[in-house]
Amino acid sequence: MEIRWDILAIIIGASVATFLPRVLPLVVLSRLQIPDLAMRWLSYIPVAVMAALLGNELLMTDGKLTSLRDNIELFAALPTFLAAIFTRSLLGTIVVGVVSVMLLRLFF
Amino acid sequence: MQQENVHLRMDSNEESFLQGVKDCVPTLLGYLSIGFAAGVVGHTSGLSVLEVTLMSVLIYAGSAQFIIAGMVAAQGSIAAIIFTVFIVNLRHLLLSAALSPYFRHLTAFKTVIIGSLLTDETFGVAINKTSNTRALSGSWMNGLNVTAYLNWILATMAGAFLGQWITNPEKFGLDFALSAMFIGLLVLQLIGRKKLARDLIVILCAVLIVVGFSTVTSGSVAIIIATVSAATIGVLIERWK
Repeated sequence: MEIRWDILAIIIGASVATFLPRVLPLVVLSRLQIPDLAMRWLSYIPVAVMAALLGNELLMTDGKLTSLRDNIELFAALPTFLAAIFTRSLLGTIVVGVVSVMLLRLFF
Repeated sequence: MQQENVHLRMDSNEESFLQGVKDCVPTLLGYLSIGFAAGVVGHTSGLSVLEVTLMSVLIYAGSAQFIIAGMVAAQGSIAAIIFTVFIVNLRHLLLSAALSPYFRHLTAFKTVIIGSLLTDETFGVAINKTSNTRALSGSWMNGLNVTAYLNWILATMAGAFLGQWITNPEKFGLDFALSAMFIGLLVLQLIGRKKLARDLIVILCAVLIVVGFSTVTSGSVAIIIATVSAATIGVLIERWK
C-alpha cells in the first residue's frame, strides 16, 4: 500500500487537466450576458454530446467500425432505447441494458 | 394565499440538497459498475488501492482514470498521460458552458465547487431539470454532485480492493452500464425538449461525424468535433425555418 512519486505527479497533473475545463466556463460565462444565438447553440450541446458519446461507444472499436456480427452492445441498445422510451426511468433503462448484454453474451 | 404558501414550500423541497441526493439515486448503479470496473482495471495495471483512491478523489473522471491505468501499464511518459487526459476531458468545457446560464445567481466560489464535481451523468440529470426552469438551485446541484462523487470513490476503492478475485466483469454486462445511462439521458432529453424532428437530425449528424472522425483521429477528439458541428447544424436548421 503506497503512492509512488511518478504516479503522484500524474495524478496531480491530471487533476488540474480535468478541473479547468469543468470550472472555467461555469465561472466565466455565468457572469456574462450570453447572446441569444450562443444560447440556442448551447441548447443543442446536451443532445449532441450524448449522441456523439453513444455513437463512439456503440459503433467504434480502436478507430474502426465494429463488425455487426460481434456487436452485442448495438443489439442490446435496442431494448435499452425501448426501456427508456416506455419507462422514462434512468434506473429502469440501465437495468434493462445491463441484463440485455448479460443475456446476449450468455447465448451468443 | 394559503395555496401559494404550499406551492412555495414544494418549490423549496424541490431544490434542497436532499432532493439532489434523491435525484442522483437512479444514476448510482450505472456509475457504481463503471467505477468498480475502473478500480479493477487500475488494480490490474499495477496501481495500489491508495493510488486508485487518490485518483478518484482528485481526478474524478472515469475516462481519464481508464486512460491513466492503460498508459501507466504501457509505461507512457508523465507529460503524454496528462495531455491525453486533458484532451479527453475537454468536452466538459461544453457541459460546463451549457449549465452556466442556470447558475447566474451564485457566487464565483460556489460555481467553482459545482463545476469541480461536474460529470456527464450529473450534467444529464441537471439539464433535464432545466426544461421547466430558468435557474437551478446550488444546494440541489451540490446534493446531486456530492452523492455521485462519494459513490464513485467507494466504487473504485471496492473495485481496486476486490480486483484480485475478479477476472471477468464483462460477463455480467457491467461494462454496458455507461452506454445504457447515456441512452437513458438522451431519451429523457428528447422527451423534455419537444423539438423531436430537429433533435433527431442533430443526433444523426453527431453519430455520423463521430464515426467519420474517429477513423482518422482519437475517439475523444472525434467526440468534441462531432458535438460542436452537430450543435451548429441544429442552430442552422432553426435559422432556415
